[in-house]
Amino acid sequence: MATTTAAPKAKIPGGSFLLQERPTSEVFTPEDFDEQHRLIAQTADDFATNEVLPVADRLEHKDWALTRELLKKTADLGLTSVDIPEEYGGAEMDKVSSCILADHMAKYAGFAVSWGGHTGIGTLPIVFFGTEAQKKKYLPRLANGEMIGAYALSEASAGSDALNCRARAQLSPDGKHYVLNGEKMWITNAGFADLFTVFAKVDGEKFTAFLVERTFPGFAIGAEEHKMGIRGSSTCPLILNDCHVPVENLLGEIGKGHVIAFNILNIGRYKLGAMCVGGARTSLDNAISYAKQRKAFGKSIAEFGLIQEKLADMATEIFVGESIVYRTVGMMDVALGEVDKAGANALGEVRKAIEEYAVECSVLKVWGSEMLDHVVDEMVQIYGGYGFVEEYPAERAYRDARVNRIFEGTNEINRLIITGWLLKRAMTGQLPLLPAIKKLMDEVLAGPSLGDGLEGPLAAERTLVANAKKLALFAAGAASQKYMQALVDQQEIMGALADMIMEVYAMESAVLRAQKMLERNGEAASGLAVAMAQVYLAHGMEKIEAAGRKVIAAIAEGDMLRTQMAILRRLGKHEPVNTVALRRQIANRVIESGKYVTA
Amino acid sequence: MKILVCMKQVPQKDAPLKLNESGTWIREDVSYEVNEPDAYALEEALRQKEKHGGEVVVITAGPARSQQVLREALAKGADRAIHLEDPAFVGLDAINTARAFAAAIKDEKFDLIFTGLQSDDYGYAQTGVILAELLGWPHATIIMQIEKADGGIRVKRELEAGYFQFVDMPLPAVLTIQSGINKLRYATLIGIKQAKNKPLRKVALAEVQDALSPNLLKLERLYVPQKTKNTEVLQGSAGEIAKKLTEKLRNEVRVL
Repeated sequence: MATTTAAPKAKIPGGSFLLQERPTSEVFTPEDFDEQHRLIAQTADDFATNEVLPVADRLEHKDWALTRELLKKTADLGLTSVDIPEEYGGAEMDKVSSCILADHMAKYAGFAVSWGGHTGIGTLPIVFFGTEAQKKKYLPRLANGEMIGAYALSEASAGSDALNCRARAQLSPDGKHYVLNGEKMWITNAGFADLFTVFAKVDGEKFTAFLVERTFPGFAIGAEEHKMGIRGSSTCPLILNDCHVPVENLLGEIGKGHVIAFNILNIGRYKLGAMCVGGARTSLDNAISYAKQRKAFGKSIAEFGLIQEKLADMATEIFVGESIVYRTVGMMDVALGEVDKAGANALGEVRKAIEEYAVECSVLKVWGSEMLDHVVDEMVQIYGGYGFVEEYPAERAYRDARVNRIFEGTNEINRLIITGWLLKRAMTGQLPLLPAIKKLMDEVLAGPSLGDGLEGPLAAERTLVANAKKLALFAAGAASQKYMQALVDQQEIMGALADMIMEVYAMESAVLRAQKMLERNGEAASGLAVAMAQVYLAHGMEKIEAAGRKVIAAIAEGDMLRTQMAILRRLGKHEPVNTVALRRQIANRVIESGKYVTA
Repeated sequence: MKILVCMKQVPQKDAPLKLNESGTWIREDVSYEVNEPDAYALEEALRQKEKHGGEVVVITAGPARSQQVLREALAKGADRAIHLEDPAFVGLDAINTARAFAAAIKDEKFDLIFTGLQSDDYGYAQTGVILAELLGWPHATIIMQIEKADGGIRVKRELEAGYFQFVDMPLPAVLTIQSGINKLRYATLIGIKQAKNKPLRKVALAEVQDALSPNLLKLERLYVPQKTKNTEVLQGSAGEIAKKLTEKLRNEVRVL
């Protein structure tokens, strides 16, 4: 196999996908996995399949001793320490490896959440913000599974607005302890965790993080929540009643808790996207085997067009999900590779390198969780009546998926982040968004790009992506012209713009991945990937056009509305592809393979 | 103890197989994995090393893709690897595969050589036995257990109908290992990381060519057997029917 294109090496600015075109050589895809990546995927796959899935029923009934045992086993394999530096007992690997783990561990959501909560928000606050002493004390024990971590930010009346928290911290008269009082809600792993990153306001004002051990006096755990899904994970409130926390367990700086809170959520977000992809893949594989063996009207239901259409859409969405997840972490790894690890502010630089991709991370979270919800919904439908009963896997998958749209920042908050962050970068000139919008406005009457010079099976799709970007920029430009800085108060428009931006990223990532496969393996071996990119683009373009119409209709009226709608139509103009035939092609391939495949 | 484990990359068990154009073997574009009995052989070797110290070396013969099985073995704890790299090793007969292995390790001194009992694709169960003959070493097959004993080893062989045989053997020796005799380990993250820096020696076909003779194996045709269905109603009294049925089950279907 000739390697015509290699893994990317040059650092790419976050959010620039909206403005620039990328050659395939600058985009990381699952086909760029090296031997190490493949082995990690295999270990995680085998572990989840052989150790976790067989005991899922016991975990659903909250056998936390078993959860701890399994977490210890993951630790023995190093699966808890991919993001922990070597000097503190970690395996310290690239973010692609970290995502591969999250992706492939996510076969049973209940345990995946326990494991993800421990390795992500439970451990990372110390990795990124801990003092040398805190790291030495806690990281090796978190890495080897002796201690399990958790993260306590939300309160009953402070969720998305976490800074509004009521928990308070007061320095004790002898200056040795902070005394914490208050309650925290929805704390993942609380039922069995040992170490909690707890946020509270010092003197009722200064938002600050503390490392609180379960055994500290005044610390108590409330009752388990009765949840819709992820019942195999623990979620309880914390009760802090004059809880004494030694001063050396203050994390970061007094009054700088928000830096920790937002960074950790941002860092966790891309992994959530990866887990959604992994969960969706498992659901599709189950749906394929069910559809193949279930007979109706004398044949297997996998032979029916309306079932094939569902299987094809599920496979396509997983393909796109993989494309955006690994493209994003691939960019992160390049940026992280440029950080001087021995530098004085190495960790700050690492955080900045990850934060650079805040928009992409939020896209992964929102797009990934909504994709998973769609996949499990179709899975229930394929199982029919059996999809509605507990004995079959669809019912649980359906319930388990839902929380992904809520935790780690609701999808609404993340939509605001996507548009808001890009606008902020545009205003400060960090991202040349405004010149691009102006240029577009000038040339917009010239009509859509016709894709001059593009060749190959995906030529039309690449043109479509270019026009999708123009549509998003046009809508963003029109909306900012109308509202200027006050656009942030127009949440519905911010949300619709976020939808357009997300679809641009998803569409482009899918096309670039399929294009890279074409360049590498030739047309004959890339037919499935090309078909999936084509099907997705048809769908993505519909969403972009609908969101564009919504934005324009909300900001213009009369002649202006008619003019802008004409521009919108012109930019969105394209010949439809035969998605019926393409979906049959995709479905037949995955049905024949008995599982999700990309070739 | 210094142990060599012979491993093979075979098509994945659940992979849908398609015949190649000439109808002599399956198409190359299939997913591959480690031959199952070889995975148990590796696990047994790693356990022996953990008990008695020494070194575990893995060897395979096959095209570039088959390096995957070596990397996996290194990630699980093997110390180094030898890759006889050439597409010509696919479909080579057992005696020449054994000759190639023997030639590739002629400068090494192993105490034990493990192979899987047989390969999941061709299934000859011969390579290990022939290798022993070529080296002039004793061998034992279908091994379930290996204990160090005075001056050698004591092994447990699986016989038919639930019987076992215990054999005392001198070293060096060749053992072909049965599947399922131990619990396979997972590659740890640290192991995977370290595997990258472990030595992997590549041996070209030309380097062992002198030891080989013409490949005696030729697959004429490979085909998927046609499914046939045949219904027959047995006539007569209950006793006669039962008699006829037993006869058929014994002589035609051969399940009794």
